Amino acid sequence: MVCESWKGKLDLYLDGEMKSDEMRAFDAHVRSCPSCAADVLVGVQMKRAVQMAGKRFAPSAEFRKRMQQQVRAKPRRSSSGFAWMTATAMVAIVAVVVLTVSYIGRERVRTQQVYSEVADLHVATLASSSPVDVVSSDRHTVKPWFQGKIPFTFDLPELQNSEFSLLGGRMTYLEQTAGAHLIYELRKHRISVFIFPDGALQGRFGGDSSVTKELSFSVETWSRGGLRYFAIGDAGGADIDRLAKMFKAVNP
Amino acid sequence: MRVPLLDAQSDSFEELAMPLFDQLYNFAGWLTQNREEAEDLVQETYAKALRGFSSFQLGTNFRAWMYRILRNTFLTSRTGLRATMTVPLDSEEDGADFAVEGATPETLLIDRSSQELVQRAIQELPVHFREILLLCDVEEMSYQEIAETLSIPIGTVMSRLSRARKGLRGRLQEQLQTG
Repeated sequence: MVCESWKGKLDLYLDGEMKSDEMRAFDAHVRSCPSCAADVLVGVQMKRAVQMAGKRFAPSAEFRKRMQQQVRAKPRRSSSGFAWMTATAMVAIVAVVVLTVSYIGRERVRTQQVYSEVADLHVATLASSSPVDVVSSDRHTVKPWFQGKIPFTFDLPELQNSEFSLLGGRMTYLEQTAGAHLIYELRKHRISVFIFPDGALQGRFGGDSSVTKELSFSVETWSRGGLRYFAIGDAGGADIDRLAKMFKAVNP
Repeated sequence: MRVPLLDAQSDSFEELAMPLFDQLYNFAGWLTQNREEAEDLVQETYAKALRGFSSFQLGTNFRAWMYRILRNTFLTSRTGLRATMTVPLDSEEDGADFAVEGATPETLLIDRSSQELVQRAIQELPVHFREILLLCDVEEMSYQEIAETLSIPIGTVMSRLSRARKGLRGRLQEQLQTG
């Protein structure tokens, strides 16, 4: 092959783009041709010079950091960020559930304690030889009796045309708070109605309850005008509820 | 199953793209001749690449793809348009041959302190000569990669590279004679 055709392939040779057999032939020619050898030398030197001079611009550390954050932030924010949020949400949900359950459980225990106390008061009073301090079936006698004894007032329902009769009333205490205890009778069943300031029970009872069974007593509790009422007795739930409705009617 | 796939792609983008950061910045520096513009160019390149990464076909040349984005971004920038406007489009074929006979610049090239002269000579080359020379000699891309990056046939890569080298040699000789 003549020199001219080799010279046309000098770049291919320098850039390693020749096929291996052609490369060997070129090598052989260069060793025997001073002119082509000189061109190769210049070519190699030029290439190396460009390689060295070409590495000229280096990014600042600040810019590198910024770019790393940019490249890293976008995809990771959606993936691990999402996972992180999910995990946090899960932990939060678990925490809320645990707290709620334990709160509900604790509140339930405290509510049960109040019911037990109310039941105790009811039973103890009935067991007493003098269950009431004011013996009267007249609500206009019983109500004024509480004046000055308890820090609140209330109205007693009119019992005419009802099966209920008022036996009397007495002062009582629940959790160191003074309250009213009224005893009604219904077909030989004694029903106690307790009235306490709502605050004394520290909002332990959220609202009104329907009749529930506590220690086999029927109990209903409700709140009106800042007062917490309990009606408890061994009468049927429907009877307890009827008395409760009468109280609610006169103490809106 | 879609989200993990996207995440995997995003992770591999960082793994693929960040090792090219220094080279791309250097290339951007040569194109723009300005630190701020080079930073903007690289930043825009990465943003575009990240957005378009889902359309990038794995198995094809990622480096060429990144350089192509950078180069196309540059060419459509104000600096890029100015740079290409000053070069005749048919310069591929124009003579602009520099005499390679006579004094060869090898003595100059051996001297390391002459690096600045070489840099200036590269700098003076038209953009399309400058970039192909850098891709070939600095980035050590194969002709095939260069063809992909510049979106030109391999034949054009060879002819343009040859002219770029002649141009560089001519400028170095000029500098030798004048300096």
